Amino acid sequence: MTRRKPIATGSDWNFEILDAFEEAIACLADEYRLDTYPNQIEVITTEQMMDAYASVGMPVGYHHWSFGKQFLAVEQAYRRGQMGLAYELVINSDPCIAYLMEENTLMMQVLVMSHACYGHNSFFKGNYLFRTWTDASSIVDYLVFARKYISECEERHGVAAVEQLLDACHALQNYGVDRYKRPSPVSGAEEARRQKAREAHLQAQVNTLWRTIPGRPRGDTLPGMVDEEDPLGLHEGGRYPPEPQENLLYFIEKNAPLLAPWQREVVRIVRKLAQYFYPQRQTQVMNEGWATFWHYTLMNRLYDDGLVDEGLMLEFLQSHTAVVNQPAFDSGYFSGINPYALGFAIFSDLKRLCEAPTEEDRYWYPDTAGGDWRETLEFAMRNFKDESFIQQFLSPKVIRDLKLFMVVDDDQDEMLEVAAIHDERGYRRIRDALATQYALAVREPNIQVTSADIRGDRSLTLRHVQDDRRPLARSVYPVIRHLHQLWGFPVRLESMQDDDVVRRYHWPLPEEPRS
Amino acid sequence: MTYFIDRRANAKHKSAVNRQRFLDRYRTHIKRSVEEAVSRRSITDMERGEKVSIPSRDISEPVFQHGPGGKRTIVAPGNKEFVEGDRMRRPGGGGGGDGAGEGGASHQGEGMDEFAFTLSREEFLDFVFDGLALPNLERKALVDLDEVRPVRAGLSREGVPARINIVRSMREAQARRIAMRAPIRRALREATEALVEEEGKDPALRNPARITELKAEIARLEKRLEAVPFIDTYDLRYNNLIDQPQPSSKAVMFCVMDVSGSMTQAHKDIAKRFFLLLYLFLERNYEKVELVFVRHHTVAKEVDEEEFFYSRETGGTIVSSALTLVEEIIEARYPPGQWNLFVAQASDGDNWDDDSITCRDLLVERLMPRLQYFTYVEITPHAHQALWEEYERVEAEYAERFAMRQIVEAGDIYPVFRDLFKQRLAST
Repeated sequence: MTRRKPIATGSDWNFEILDAFEEAIACLADEYRLDTYPNQIEVITTEQMMDAYASVGMPVGYHHWSFGKQFLAVEQAYRRGQMGLAYELVINSDPCIAYLMEENTLMMQVLVMSHACYGHNSFFKGNYLFRTWTDASSIVDYLVFARKYISECEERHGVAAVEQLLDACHALQNYGVDRYKRPSPVSGAEEARRQKAREAHLQAQVNTLWRTIPGRPRGDTLPGMVDEEDPLGLHEGGRYPPEPQENLLYFIEKNAPLLAPWQREVVRIVRKLAQYFYPQRQTQVMNEGWATFWHYTLMNRLYDDGLVDEGLMLEFLQSHTAVVNQPAFDSGYFSGINPYALGFAIFSDLKRLCEAPTEEDRYWYPDTAGGDWRETLEFAMRNFKDESFIQQFLSPKVIRDLKLFMVVDDDQDEMLEVAAIHDERGYRRIRDALATQYALAVREPNIQVTSADIRGDRSLTLRHVQDDRRPLARSVYPVIRHLHQLWGFPVRLESMQDDDVVRRYHWPLPEEPRS
Repeated sequence: MTYFIDRRANAKHKSAVNRQRFLDRYRTHIKRSVEEAVSRRSITDMERGEKVSIPSRDISEPVFQHGPGGKRTIVAPGNKEFVEGDRMRRPGGGGGGDGAGEGGASHQGEGMDEFAFTLSREEFLDFVFDGLALPNLERKALVDLDEVRPVRAGLSREGVPARINIVRSMREAQARRIAMRAPIRRALREATEALVEEEGKDPALRNPARITELKAEIARLEKRLEAVPFIDTYDLRYNNLIDQPQPSSKAVMFCVMDVSGSMTQAHKDIAKRFFLLLYLFLERNYEKVELVFVRHHTVAKEVDEEEFFYSRETGGTIVSSALTLVEEIIEARYPPGQWNLFVAQASDGDNWDDDSITCRDLLVERLMPRLQYFTYVEITPHAHQALWEEYERVEAEYAERFAMRQIVEAGDIYPVFRDLFKQRLAST
């Protein structure tokens, strides 16, 4: 057994101790080949932590009442002791910013460093979604630009007008992401420079779109000849947009007839930020699971190498157990599946099936079982999102350990039915169902812009494609009211089930026929 | 590569703006909660913050979401006895439970109908006193004021060493040195040139006397140059301070209460709450508020707070005794030029037969001209007596500065208080 030479004991810390631990962890991380951005570790107070929480972890954010509401909620929860703050807060930026709260014990600081500065950090750097959709080096810059721009708008157009606009944009922000095209990353300075040019260009484009003077009669233009007045061919007939658009905010930004240039820019800012958070929404289980797996591994290594003492280790284990606790569905503490627990279970199991594969593993994962665990985990971390990660790696053992079962809730059936449990017949079905449960496309209603009546009453039509007859929640009305505010003309929403329109929503509400 | 940054010293309250925006947006909701809290609270309790609840549907941020209905599958952990094909009733009747995962559309405070949060003491008091203003708050004319504050007023040539403005003094010194040395330097240069010229001449033509003379001249000039002092008393500049008259930021509040036998503890509680509200209100308007407690039955006495509220006396009532005492205290300790004077009186309306007229005279002639504001609350469910009637005449005379109201029960306090201090725009 190694002689124990702990870097520090007790629960007090100071910067030298943190430095020493950081170095030790960095050394281990290097050994495990964790590829990370440089770390910027900021020591802050409770109050500052609540601030950071309230702004969803953005180091700088524009002002909006909803962040104030968030702050009050966090503060209340913290005061009542419902919520331990600061398990971690880490920002996907380069350098990667992580916060340590001054009230934390030494163990917590070491834990958070392992979890955030090496776990999350390497995930941000490695995962394909983050690599594709976000640009870590420019986000802080962009946030500064956004904040400045919005406060200028407030000065110029009044706080109320900006707030209303932001309310409307926030309502649609989940529909402000490009799912397939990669946006080009830009920095704040670049953005400010481009913004001016964009304003003019955008307005010109909108003007063309909404020009009401009829185009020349069709016969006048020879086929193949580009009409100079209408290069996009918008007035040629047919529907606009030619393809359904799923990025509602983008569509609004480019096409809403009545928005002023600054309003378009604000829409764009909300859209850009939604895009930035888009990967996080899709990798909750993986991201937390990965970070938890690494803090567990690193802390154990610190202990094995004799760098921490038993006291700290016990405190750590207690904290870790609480984090990965998964209450059963009928427990009073149950509030859905704990992403830390699920992610940690899958990653740990993946390691197990590389190191000590069973017959079952060899059958289910012929390519993976018995492989190099570090490479397998790296592969899983880099190339998946929650949906596909679960689909690929949720092994029968994890299903058994968590005792997962699947219930079908059909409103045409007065009873619930247990469709699958953790047995041979159920593994695949549970795995499919859980994967689907994490698919954003299923979690959020599928809504697209199908047509803007550019030559008629200028109304906007959206289509909601129902998934297994699931209707929209009542919040649809306030949301289309917001949409109407942005669009400026009537908004229609049709719910479709199997090519039939089953329900229509309008805003403004149609006049009640007087009787 | 890693670096640590200690941000603890940085600004807190980064969310202050957002928080304020939230409070502004839901002003009406919050005000309602605050009003309830004020009438519910115990006397000593006014100074804390307050928990406020708003129905969460009023503040939700809507997003497109799946509603209940349709067909969905849910994967949950912790199966104990189910086997495939088991059927069971929907828990809780109807609805699809908490559907697929808890991601995406986060609904704040799930399951809670109320969004609850805590207002800080400051915010709470802001709402309590929202829209209220001290009447007659126009600052006393500056000439009347004895209170002064030293303010910076440029530079002077005289002053005490502690106030020397070093930069300006050095600048003056440098300017003086340049000015004083210039003619000497010029003479020196001319002398030096003459000397060089003289020495450059053919030895036969040199005038030794002239050379000696020039050398002496150069030596003399160099000495003079050195004699120019680096700094002179003439150069010194002092930061100048002058006294500027200030509107008074001090207030004194006289709490006058009848403690005769007819005043019960309940009466006193009501009075105390009223005094407390007024105190908190004054505290927000003045830097410094002093309290003077005067209680009276047939004689008046200045007491401390404890005795004021909790000791009980018996006997009759002579209100004028208290007013006289207040006047004496003002004379002795609070010159009206320096202090904003407020009097709050509470009583049940009883007074010795003829005393009410004395009270009126005292008020009209002696007290009111000095006071900023006089409030009288009568805590009684009964009909008014002589004191009230006499006070009504005072009110007629000093409508701007004299206010009186009746309070029947504790619930009236806050409305009466608001009524008294409602921001008056144009009229009285």
